[in-house]
Amino acid sequence: MTEKRQIPIQVPVLARVEGEGTLELHVRDGAIEDLRLRIFEPPRMFEKLLEGRDYTEVADMVARICGICPVAYQMSAVQAIESLFGAEPGPWVRDMRRVFYCGEWIQSHSLHIHMLAAPDFLGYTSITEMAREHADEVRRGLRLQALGNEIIRLLGARSVHPVGARIGGFHHAPARAQVDALREKLQAALPEAEALVRWTAALNLPTEEQEFTAVSLRHPREYPMNEGRMVSNRGLDISADRFESRFVEHQEAHSTALHCLHDGKPYLVGPLARLNLNLDRLPAPVRNLADSVGIKFPSRNMYHSIVARAIEIVVAIREAIRLLEAYAEPSAPHVSVTPRAGTGYGCTEAPRGLLWHRYDIDAAGAVIKARIVPPTSQNQARIEEDLRTSLRSLGVRQGEAALRRRGEMVIRNYDPCISCATHFLDLRVHELTHA
Amino acid sequence: MAEKPKIAVHKFASCDGCQLAFLNLGEDLLTLAQLVEIVHFAEAGPVDPDAAVDIAFIEGSVSTPEDAGRILRIRANSRYLVTVGACATSGGLQALRNFADGQEWLAAIYAKPEYVQSLATSTPISQHVKVDLELWGCPVSGRQLLAAVRALLFGVPPWYEKDKVCLECKRQQSVCVMVAKGTPCMGPVTRAGCGALCPGFGRDCYGCYGPAENPNAESLARRLEGLGLVPEAVARRFLFINGAAPAFAEAGLKRRGTAHD
Repeated sequence: MTEKRQIPIQVPVLARVEGEGTLELHVRDGAIEDLRLRIFEPPRMFEKLLEGRDYTEVADMVARICGICPVAYQMSAVQAIESLFGAEPGPWVRDMRRVFYCGEWIQSHSLHIHMLAAPDFLGYTSITEMAREHADEVRRGLRLQALGNEIIRLLGARSVHPVGARIGGFHHAPARAQVDALREKLQAALPEAEALVRWTAALNLPTEEQEFTAVSLRHPREYPMNEGRMVSNRGLDISADRFESRFVEHQEAHSTALHCLHDGKPYLVGPLARLNLNLDRLPAPVRNLADSVGIKFPSRNMYHSIVARAIEIVVAIREAIRLLEAYAEPSAPHVSVTPRAGTGYGCTEAPRGLLWHRYDIDAAGAVIKARIVPPTSQNQARIEEDLRTSLRSLGVRQGEAALRRRGEMVIRNYDPCISCATHFLDLRVHELTHA
Repeated sequence: MAEKPKIAVHKFASCDGCQLAFLNLGEDLLTLAQLVEIVHFAEAGPVDPDAAVDIAFIEGSVSTPEDAGRILRIRANSRYLVTVGACATSGGLQALRNFADGQEWLAAIYAKPEYVQSLATSTPISQHVKVDLELWGCPVSGRQLLAAVRALLFGVPPWYEKDKVCLECKRQQSVCVMVAKGTPCMGPVTRAGCGALCPGFGRDCYGCYGPAENPNAESLARRLEGLGLVPEAVARRFLFINGAAPAFAEAGLKRRGTAHD
């Protein structure tokens, strides 16, 4: 017979994450038997909100799923709907969407590195505390974050819930002079971003290798963002419309975020997965930089995610410079589209990883049904797997403070956007002993 | 030495976008952290949800039984309580479920809806506790937040926008999209404060700053019908980001009731 002794520990654990949850440990005879990341984010039921709405309203609605990565939601949605309608927005729109996405990667990655992750490795609880002794690095981070936001504003008027994107392209094309001014700022920021890569690589990161399946988009020539096939390090190679044949979401009692599994198993999406699978798509100078920091990519150390984020900031700045150098004002910033009944699929690389959308639309252009699989529901099973491995190897005898601290660090590697809910994670230890 | 004023940032059902108005302040964020003590702001680090504070900023709407209790505790601990953004101020986009069967929706999304604690409605903070200041916007801007902090700490009545987007649009000399292109625009009834970004980009305002003071929503609804929108399309214009704000809900639901397309 088993007696279940519950010791709830009400110390708030997980700050500096976008989401609300509890880490629950089941300990038996001094060993971790089971572990759950409980997520209570209040459901907002977006997939139902979208039903009956006109296709023209979708981009403004899905942005509201996440304040930190609204561009990603807009880009997956417009891709899905345009592919269904057979619309081809052309090279100007394609290039500017990539620039738009670069802005979001720079903003989101910089925020995560400086405000959420780095304080862990330097022993602070917040960026404002860290700023007292690392003022230059913090200010550099804030500048990069602001620069990412400025790129989003160029095409979206504001950085949170930008208003520029639409089915068919953009509402507005920026003036050449504005583009040139921003390009100069990007040029000036490039050495700062490169210094950031070296700084993250020099942090005192734990060394812990793990086996995992990595999944990301892959493009014939580019580092993936808006386009590509879904690939993995285990031979997966499918287009977005095949997603549901290999990836299945299910509900766990302990979470309001659905868990998504790939062929029945946990998998990783996000910066480290992207970098591991697309090293040969890095521009040569970025590849050289990545090779020079003393980390061998592809890496199996999840703590290298922070370095992968910094490398992707450099990729995004370079891409934005390259695309804006060739900028010319278009005759129209969008093409017109004609609704068509059917199902459209879209998949792009949000800062946190694959973001997959499916829309069933009727002949008048109204949404019949929508399905959205965000990166965090894909990473959730992997986070739990990682926590089990990491906390077991740390050992429960280390005490709750150490377990909590390590648990937080592990979770932050994935930059979960449990989001759009908040706060903190409680740690709950349930001790199971043989009676 | 006098203690620094304390502020807290709490999150309910939302997208985190309004908290970003703090996190995107850049250098001003560091200055703010010197002027006040940020005692609770989980996304930024400090966690002390039950601390007594001078100003509590609330992002998000109330949509779970637990959150309905949490907001009462926060109110009791706060000298001033300020809502930030559409979710906290009007219920947000997710409040559209108030006009549908919320429990049925839950069952459509979750295989086991009994595991999910969720109320049938998403409601603004003001339906639960007294609110001292409401900052509209989806999202709010850093400028709105800093102005509120300054005014409340100086003990002066905070200034906030009540005008319509149209006035802001005219001041920046944008071309009216409704007059020039016949685009159905929500600017005539929507609160200013965003900078009239949408008309500035040549597109229609979609009402993300909520109803202005004395909005003549019924008159705009008729104008939109005059532009050729069917009643259901007019309804959707109002039943959007701030669809549960009374002025918008009334105009929208009236059209939906008469729609049969």
